[in-house]
Amino acid sequence: MEKKKLSIIVFSGDFDKLVAVFTLASGAASVGYEVNLFFTFWGFNAIKIKKGHSFVGKGLLARFFNFFMGGLNNVPLSRLNFFGLSPKLMTGLMKKRNVATLEQLIEYSKQLGVNFYACEMSMVILGIKKEDLIPEIKEVLGVAKFLEYSKDGETLFI
Amino acid sequence: MKNNILKLDITKDNCPITFVKAKLFMENLKKGEKTEILLTEGEPLENLPKALEEQGYKVLNINYVKDNIYKLLVEK
Repeated sequence: MEKKKLSIIVFSGDFDKLVAVFTLASGAASVGYEVNLFFTFWGFNAIKIKKGHSFVGKGLLARFFNFFMGGLNNVPLSRLNFFGLSPKLMTGLMKKRNVATLEQLIEYSKQLGVNFYACEMSMVILGIKKEDLIPEIKEVLGVAKFLEYSKDGETLFI
Repeated sequence: MKNNILKLDITKDNCPITFVKAKLFMENLKKGEKTEILLTEGEPLENLPKALEEQGYKVLNINYVKDNIYKLLVEK
């Protein structure tokens, strides 16, 4: 049987949108889809090795930008963020209601063999090297490769 | 034949973890091994058997247990 495929362009670095990304990714992978995640711009929040506010990258401006952008530990809620309090409250609520947390969803996605890719252009702008990203990043690529990998499947932009 | 069928309970889990746990569990089985999966009616019952079949696993039977809980017998 032909393999079904879901490709997601992960543009957002918001907590709630990342939950949507990794819910779809792990869910689709577990029912037999090939899943490709293309991380770009704010989406890098989810794939930097340093999960907090840290000065990664090359060049003063990029380093400051990355510092304020932060990482997975401080991704904001897209609405009603309340200075970072809401994602923590939301995670507590998810645990209480026995819904997978963002970290768990990411871990499951890795275990299920979801493919992680990083956008080359974003890396150039942010001054980030592949070593600054989690080891699961299979490849750094551009539009042409993205089109090739997502061909004949479904594609989402989140 | 030895009666050591493996069991997986996903009745307390929600989407998409129901599917994720089932998939990871099935991946670790050897070919020919059987497992019982406890799940609830609604999305898991409607879609998990189909998803397992699509991935080449055999759903041997589906039995009602109690309340809203069902039991699948699946073979890899």
